[in-house]
Amino acid sequence: MNDLTPTREQREAALEGMGCRRKRVEDIRFTQGKGNYVDDVKLPGMLHGDFVRSPHAHARVKAIHTEEALKVPGVLAVITAETLKTVNLAWMPTLAGDVQMVLADGKVLFQNQEVAFVVATDRYAADDGVSKVVVDYEPLPVLVDPFKAMDPDAPVLREDLAGKTSGAHGPRKHHNHIFEWTVGDKDLTDAAFKKADVTIKEMISYHRTHPSPLETCQCVCSFDKVKGELTIWGTFQAPHVIRTVVSLIAKLPEQKIHVIAPDIGGGFGNKVGAYPGYICAAVASIVTGKPVKWVEDRIENLTATAFARDYHMTTEIAATKDGKVTGLRVHVLADHGGFDACADPSKWPAGFFNIVTGSYDFPVAHLAVDGVYTNKAPGGVAYRCSFRVTEAAYCIERAMDILAQKLGMDPAELRLKNFIKPEQFPYHSALGWEYDSGDYHTAMRKMMESVDYAGLRKEQAEKRAAFKRGETREIMGIGIGFFTEIVGAGPSKNCDILGIAMFDSCEIRLHPTGAGIARMGTKSQGQGHETTWAQIIASEIGIPADNIMVEEGNTDTAPYGLGTYGSRSTPVAGAAIAMAARKIKAKAQMIAAYKLEVHEDDLEWDIDGFRVKGLPEKAMSMKDICWAAYNSVPPGMEPGLEAVSYYDPPNMTYPFGAYLCVMDIDVDTGVYKVRRFYALDDCGTRINPMIIEGQVHGGLTEAFAIAMGQEIRYDSEGNVVTGSFMDFFMPTAVETPHWETDYTVTPSPHHPIGAKGVGESPNVGGVPAFSNAVNDAFSFLGATHIQMPHDFWRNWQAAKNLGVVAA
Amino acid sequence: MIPGPFDYHRPASVGDAIKLLADLGDEARPLAGGHSLLPMMKLRLATPAHLIDLHGIAGLKGICREGDRIAIGAMTTQAELLASNDIGEALPILHETALLIADPQVRYRGTIGGNVANGDPGNDMPALMLALDATYRLEGPNGAREVPAREFYQGAYFTALEPGEILTGVSIPVPPAGHGYAYEKLKRKVGDYATAAAGVVLTMAAGKVASCVISLTNLHETPLLASDAANAVIGTTLDDAALKAAANAARAIMQPASDARGPAEYRIHVGGIMVMRALQRAASRAK
Repeated sequence: MNDLTPTREQREAALEGMGCRRKRVEDIRFTQGKGNYVDDVKLPGMLHGDFVRSPHAHARVKAIHTEEALKVPGVLAVITAETLKTVNLAWMPTLAGDVQMVLADGKVLFQNQEVAFVVATDRYAADDGVSKVVVDYEPLPVLVDPFKAMDPDAPVLREDLAGKTSGAHGPRKHHNHIFEWTVGDKDLTDAAFKKADVTIKEMISYHRTHPSPLETCQCVCSFDKVKGELTIWGTFQAPHVIRTVVSLIAKLPEQKIHVIAPDIGGGFGNKVGAYPGYICAAVASIVTGKPVKWVEDRIENLTATAFARDYHMTTEIAATKDGKVTGLRVHVLADHGGFDACADPSKWPAGFFNIVTGSYDFPVAHLAVDGVYTNKAPGGVAYRCSFRVTEAAYCIERAMDILAQKLGMDPAELRLKNFIKPEQFPYHSALGWEYDSGDYHTAMRKMMESVDYAGLRKEQAEKRAAFKRGETREIMGIGIGFFTEIVGAGPSKNCDILGIAMFDSCEIRLHPTGAGIARMGTKSQGQGHETTWAQIIASEIGIPADNIMVEEGNTDTAPYGLGTYGSRSTPVAGAAIAMAARKIKAKAQMIAAYKLEVHEDDLEWDIDGFRVKGLPEKAMSMKDICWAAYNSVPPGMEPGLEAVSYYDPPNMTYPFGAYLCVMDIDVDTGVYKVRRFYALDDCGTRINPMIIEGQVHGGLTEAFAIAMGQEIRYDSEGNVVTGSFMDFFMPTAVETPHWETDYTVTPSPHHPIGAKGVGESPNVGGVPAFSNAVNDAFSFLGATHIQMPHDFWRNWQAAKNLGVVAA
Repeated sequence: MIPGPFDYHRPASVGDAIKLLADLGDEARPLAGGHSLLPMMKLRLATPAHLIDLHGIAGLKGICREGDRIAIGAMTTQAELLASNDIGEALPILHETALLIADPQVRYRGTIGGNVANGDPGNDMPALMLALDATYRLEGPNGAREVPAREFYQGAYFTALEPGEILTGVSIPVPPAGHGYAYEKLKRKVGDYATAAAGVVLTMAAGKVASCVISLTNLHETPLLASDAANAVIGTTLDDAALKAAANAARAIMQPASDARGPAEYRIHVGGIMVMRALQRAASRAK
């Protein structure tokens, strides 16, 4: 050792491992315009496809006239359902066990449904062709309101299901009914309500909205007739699943399908499922023998690709008079649109909505979900949340506030009184989950101290008095959102997609010079996997993160994985990384023992290599072990240093957090101002705090948008009235509040590195915090529940309904 | 979101532009900043066969003071208005309003001529032009004419522009020194049109309103001059009763559509609030 020998701290820092605020390596290309997105893929002779879409929400398609379109210079083909029937692809299976039209087959079920696919030599000619296709429609009665879907005289939407009294998830009660899903003990729950001192009941709606990623859905399909191989570049959150689905429905051998997800500009659940554009581009490429590109525009994305939410949750809580909850009963009416194309694990038609007991110790609960068809676009995807978890968190967090109001208790106090206690973990919930770990009281109290909760309530009381005296026209709301997420789908015992267990995978290959590559079954859409996955490896095996290249998205080279959504990457793939790294480390230890001429058990791990116990000078770095792995392994050992792990998680992980929003609302205009937003997240072990904060900022911004105005709204004729960013609220930096972040750390006991996943927590916890702030602001005027979204005019409407603005 | 085919023309003079318009007829549209026309073309709601781009005409740009008037070339962008000291000193309400139009990217391209000539009730500048009593210079095959802004707007997208005419300039009388002004615009987010907006230009004397004009944006098919509302405050100290009277007089002439910004009832209500707030802020600025 000399002065130049790095200290332990320097060696640790050089790794940039877990806990380091490592700068995102992918941003070097993204900030210089050097990303490679699907629309950057340009192949020789590539054709372009575009859709003719239905102006009607419900209509019979009498005829499609393509003659004039085919005369447009550059137009080569117009594909309709009749064309697709020749290859048995007019309909496709959905992830939810339903089937969906690829192109209108006899009728259309929602506005902007795909009717015909025009293929041309360039995008302009394709659109010129689209404008020349003439479709004869016979309008049919339109069903927009899900509450009318099961009326006896409701229009029949799905004629293809005539006579089918059961679907993928059990019996159907009506021609527009999809499934009923029940969980929990009904009798015990009913009994708890009979005995209750206090009950509340409210229909809490979580309106239809949309993930609207910056980059819309798109693909390039290229069929090589000679090799019989199909290559698809696409915006896929789950490339391997897409490959398997294409193989199954197109009857192509899976090894002859190459799915490549290049850089992706945001997914938020929108890019999990399969869309008609993918099928049509693939068929068009097979028919023409040329590559075909399909890129949807913003209006198409908002109006036709997968929406989110549209859950109408009738919620009841039973409690004692001193505020101990004794039962929860929820009935959900779920509007799925024209086809059931939810992207949930196959056995979970309502996702993990049974996390609806939230962070509270409900002794009994019962949940029933009815899914119905309406004349709206299909979807129901997990928009920046685990499956239906934002809906569940909103439901219970709103209901707890309503209960607090009825009891005359402070909502924070009510929560503290009913939280699952630290000693109750692992906690078995009344609706069937095993919560892995949590310390809710600590998180809640830290939040309350950080924001001076008592001071805020005092200020609010003063402002309310001033309002009543007529001295101000502004009201103040304090909204708490305390959420428990359930992420990391999931254990093979209860999670699969089309029969494929929801494991994930990692393959690590180290090179002789102490560098390496890690390939994953996940796919980043902005999460920063290239940065964080390398950090896990760095901490596990002592190779600097900068020396590890992370590669995802190419099904030919990546190990099979189920992809990135539902905050599953860190809980599942993050575990696979650690397990693969540990296999490498075990082999490295044998090599080091051989080279250092000691027994393996005499070695101990020390930051970036092994050293002999009691002889710290006698050590071998991982860098040197890598070299040795390629030239002098112990006799009988295979050379090389690589490992692969497929990780089937034993349980989900349960991140949680305590959020608080302070909002002022001008009752005369309904204009609100978010004065303060504090977000404490506990996602277990923190891999990269900077990326966590970025994730929280982004998720809160989406939560803000959803709660305060973002919606997909239909008029009574089924026309989408929010089909562009003019009317679909997408906040800019100007509207976005300032975010304060904080954290506690409660590691997951079953995860190899104790990490839980965080990307979606802010959306799950943010929406109830905003909505509770609005509701809290109005509560002293007599409001119990005001539906989202809380945009300006609706706030004014609420004030007017409460009699505080003159008509 | 892909426009249909069109031919592109870039004349170098107003004369050439007018000749092109005359020759090409109904199939031609002049192109200024393009912020209204291009989105319509991308949606194929407009499919002009010819676009006549006015950016090549040097004489259509610029701001100059001509005695007690300010003349602004039609192709002057919102960003250029914001950069102009002459505008800032003589017509500060134009600065306040331009800053509320869309976002910086739009303002670099969007022009005052396009904003006022298109007849879009959502545009902000037309209401100001009513308040300031501006006149527009229209040039066509039969020569040039001046039309007061107050007589220009006939309905949504219907104006006094005759076929073949181009709006080439705006002339605004400079309001008296010490005038108070305000443009209050309620919008959902940056880039949005007004849910309701009100512009006020007034003068005060001895604590009372001496003169006042009020105009309204996006509360009718056309921008509105709210004369009754203005009369309701002249001679008052802008006490509560006067403010309410002005708001109610303004509300009486509003006929907004119900849209995603809110039902008509809401837009009328906040329209009155915008009037009251603009009056108060204008008065606080008057010297």
